[in-house]
Amino acid sequence: MNAPDRAQAQQPLRTVTVRYFAAIREALGTGSERLTTPAATLSALRDELIARGGAHAETLARGKAVRMALDQLMVSDEAAPLADGAEVAFFPPVTGG
Amino acid sequence: MPAVRVRIQTEDFDLAAEVAALRAGDARVGAVCAFVGTVRDRHAPALAAAPHADGGASPVSALELEHYPGMTEKAIEAMIDAAQQRFDILGARVVHRVGLLQPLDQIVLVAVTSMHRHESFAACEFIMDYLKTQAPFWKKESTPEGAHWVDARVADDAALARWGIRAGNAAR
Repeated sequence: MNAPDRAQAQQPLRTVTVRYFAAIREALGTGSERLTTPAATLSALRDELIARGGAHAETLARGKAVRMALDQLMVSDEAAPLADGAEVAFFPPVTGG
Repeated sequence: MPAVRVRIQTEDFDLAAEVAALRAGDARVGAVCAFVGTVRDRHAPALAAAPHADGGASPVSALELEHYPGMTEKAIEAMIDAAQQRFDILGARVVHRVGLLQPLDQIVLVAVTSMHRHESFAACEFIMDYLKTQAPFWKKESTPEGAHWVDARVADDAALARWGIRAGNAAR
């Protein structure tokens, strides 16, 4: 096994779809993106997005009212693991009905 | 084949037709409870983001509803399943509108059938309380001061808590 292969084995990359809704979608100027990431958990993915700075840092900052879904299920635990092909969503508290 | 229990649509719905379809052919049904949510022309006074000290409110001229296609249907299906486990009901259906709505428009229908009234009353309220805090919909109001996203209400989390379910939707 050569060095790059080993590095990849230690930190496998995942391709995930990230979706944004409502005020968060507007602030980021996009409703969806696909990205390849070493993030193994929802929390690590959120950190990666925040690290972009600008609107991402502002909108997704910890302490902001951000709700999350993983594969179209509401999740409250950011430690949830990310699988390859996962669909993640960030959105404000819901206000339907 | 079971009828479709959840529909998300831009078009209006007809209460009588929906109830008729839900009851159709089921002679066990002795009770139907239906809730219809409609578009108000004013804010809820409790909204901290838009206080209007006069106790009145700034008029809402339009409401835009966004949702998360796919997740919305799954979430509401799961709510109906939960209602069926918890209450002795025979059927349920939910219709929720999205897109641009105006005051007086219908937004949401929750209809439930059961043999006896208590079960459909309770299940209807349960599904509605669940939907308010766990279904991925977002409302944007247009007022003379501009458009703004509606804030989630702590009272809606409290309504779901009555059923022993923690929502944590409105909390920071």
